[in-house]
Amino acid sequence: MSWNRRKLAERFGPYILSLVILGVFILVWESLTRPPKFDPTGKSEDDLTVLEFNGDIVRNEATGKYVYNPKKVLGIPGPGKVWEKAAEELGEAFVKKGANDHGIGLLVYYTIKRFLAGFLVGSVVAVFLGVLIGLSKPLFIALNPFIQVLKPISPLAWMPLLLYSVKDPVWTAIFVVFMASLWPTVANTAFGVNSIRKDYLHVATLLEMTYLRRLFLVILPAAAPAIIAGLRISFGSALVAVVPAEMLLGELGAGYLTWIEWNNLNISGVIFAILVVGVVGYILDYGFGKLASKFTYAEV
Amino acid sequence: MSFLSIDHLTKTFPLLDENARRGDTFVVFRNVNFEIRRGEFLTMIGHSGCGKSTLLNIIAGFDRPSEGGVILEGTEVTKPGLDRMVVFQSFALMPWLTAFDNVRLAVRQAHRDWSKERIREWTQKYINMMNLHGAEKKHPTFLSGGMRQRVGLARAFAVEPKVLLLDEPFAQIDALTRLGIQEELVRMWGETRNTVFMVTHDVDEAILLSDRIALMTNGPDAELAEIVEVSIPRPRTRSTLIDSPDYIRIRNHILHFLVRGAKKAHHTGGVEVTSEQTGASSEPAISLEVAQTQT
Repeated sequence: MSWNRRKLAERFGPYILSLVILGVFILVWESLTRPPKFDPTGKSEDDLTVLEFNGDIVRNEATGKYVYNPKKVLGIPGPGKVWEKAAEELGEAFVKKGANDHGIGLLVYYTIKRFLAGFLVGSVVAVFLGVLIGLSKPLFIALNPFIQVLKPISPLAWMPLLLYSVKDPVWTAIFVVFMASLWPTVANTAFGVNSIRKDYLHVATLLEMTYLRRLFLVILPAAAPAIIAGLRISFGSALVAVVPAEMLLGELGAGYLTWIEWNNLNISGVIFAILVVGVVGYILDYGFGKLASKFTYAEV
Repeated sequence: MSFLSIDHLTKTFPLLDENARRGDTFVVFRNVNFEIRRGEFLTMIGHSGCGKSTLLNIIAGFDRPSEGGVILEGTEVTKPGLDRMVVFQSFALMPWLTAFDNVRLAVRQAHRDWSKERIREWTQKYINMMNLHGAEKKHPTFLSGGMRQRVGLARAFAVEPKVLLLDEPFAQIDALTRLGIQEELVRMWGETRNTVFMVTHDVDEAILLSDRIALMTNGPDAELAEIVEVSIPRPRTRSTLIDSPDYIRIRNHILHFLVRGAKKAHHTGGVEVTSEQTGASSEPAISLEVAQTQT
């Protein structure tokens, strides 16, 4: 196969465009956040001494002129500052410096563990409930009002009650993720099971399948695309819930890092933490997508 | 005792139009009574709405008759089972399973005590018989209509049911592919000698495949008009069929019945057609062995 210019452009064009967008973004970010030049005009010698004493400005030994203290960040930090912070954090990713100061790698690990525990348990319960409701019309009608009321409640709204009843922030955080991953899967599974093509059920009856074989060999596979779609929505909402849950509960994790850096007034750290949350979410979603594609099929 | 007896079946449905009162019903077909012999291929032809698919569903056990019953080897049919496999018009293959696994699922259900290896061999045998070799690992979505119905037929034959029920099996397959798959069905039936009950619109298909053809009058309130004996020797292929004088006579007879039945239905409401009026007696040019079933 010969690679002419057109083929190359089709193949790599989008990636080059991505890089260009990233470059433009960083340039704009940098230009908007350049540290201002210190202007001493109109300031008395006493003012300057106070500023220097407070650490806001430092005297350049070579020129004898004052400049803003480069160690004290004013406004939003630029990409360079965030990069420095990131390099520092990633350098000690798995170091435990203190009870509340764990490396970023460990924090991400805690978050993923917490998230997966809540999501997996939530999904199993949700699929079970969804199949039950989807198979039985009376049960669907009976439970629907409850689901409709419970569904719009933000998972974080449960937190005070959960914290009060389980009395343990570790479990509360997992429960919040659990609640967040419940309802979309329940609703989608019930819908999927309910709208299975009658043909498949006819074949199951024809083949004299027992109830369990019918469930595992026909109903669940047939409803799999709808169940996966529900899990996907749940996945997103659980991922959104885990960060504020960590913040509010003070549980060590990627979301908690955002808050602790804010408490330290380390804005570079806040931006770094936000980026970490984004990357973690992307990796989890990518993994989920890979897994999900194994269970879906193309409709005839 | 006959092998499969369709014993005075009547099917009514509740009437659902706006003027209907509660409890009003309409009759789909009335008093349908015939027998299918062991190893026989019997086809039912009729216009849409005569209830022939409903009748097939009753034999399969998916539907219950309002009156009468279906008796298979002395036992009344009440629910679907492996002894009466259905080949569906819509194929009804599991899209998440490969062609091979679709057939294997049925074999496994029919022979729960067999070893994995034996189930696999048995499945492969029927896959090969239906000329599906090479398509085993494909999912139904990636197969043509003809190939999909081959899988459907392999699944049904592999179970070796007492009765095979074909519900307009080739209606969704294009005309050229249909010719090939029909001849394969003839060959397959010749090898296995299953008892088959088929429902179709296609007169040529019925003559090619059947020992006898049951003709239904128009619905609603349809009745079995007559059963035509197809006196063309086997093995049959489409090319030998075309040259057979019997073929043309039988074909004309059935087409006359269908066309005239439609006319009568249009003028009288579709309940007056009887076997006497539509039988061979009114058509002296045709001499057929006609089994009068309405005694």
